[in-house]
Amino acid sequence: MTDIQLHSIPLNAQACIDFVSGPEIGGIAVFVGTVRNQTRGKRVLRLDFEAYEPMAISEMRKIAENARSRFSIDRISMHHRVGRLEIGEIPVVIAVGAPHRGAAFEACQYAIDTLKETVPIWKKEHFEDGEVWVAAHP
Amino acid sequence: MMKLKILAFGISRDILGGAELTIELPDGGTVADLKTELMRRFPEFSKLKALAVAVNSEYAQPGQSLQERDEVALIPPVSGG
Repeated sequence: MTDIQLHSIPLNAQACIDFVSGPEIGGIAVFVGTVRNQTRGKRVLRLDFEAYEPMAISEMRKIAENARSRFSIDRISMHHRVGRLEIGEIPVVIAVGAPHRGAAFEACQYAIDTLKETVPIWKKEHFEDGEVWVAAHP
Repeated sequence: MMKLKILAFGISRDILGGAELTIELPDGGTVADLKTELMRRFPEFSKLKALAVAVNSEYAQPGQSLQERDEVALIPPVSGG
């Protein structure tokens, strides 16, 4: 079972955990991304996240399907936030439920690593003296 | 000629100066042709680490040909998560 969502309101990690829970599940791995207050020594004030929403959903769905075919997992939930986020807020939650913990950990790592490479979502960092789209330039 | 509506996100929206742009390409033009035209009109694109193009919400190869009814989107380097 797969649960993919984009939200403009705060994410609820418990909702992802609940989705991947079940009688056949022996372990749940959860990744929660949080907004950090600095990057390369520079103070970050806040982030803006923007998504190409239909494609972001379909790319996240591909990741979930690949995770399911590569690892022995049953359930995966991926929620991503869009809009303005303050320090400490949660841009992404990924929860994976599997019969055994090894597959859950591996699939969770695969899902967040691949999300960062392929899902069309962009973040802009706001500093005291300006702003920058992350990773846009070499 | 065909008129393509281009969607732009992240830094590509800043470079175009808006979330949408219409670009004319010769019939049968490809993703590579589109990128060449964009780089010519907006040299800032050549400074990016990469620029992918999505056609109908799927990453497209340079040789893929475009049609007027396609939804074409510019995908600068992603940074979600």
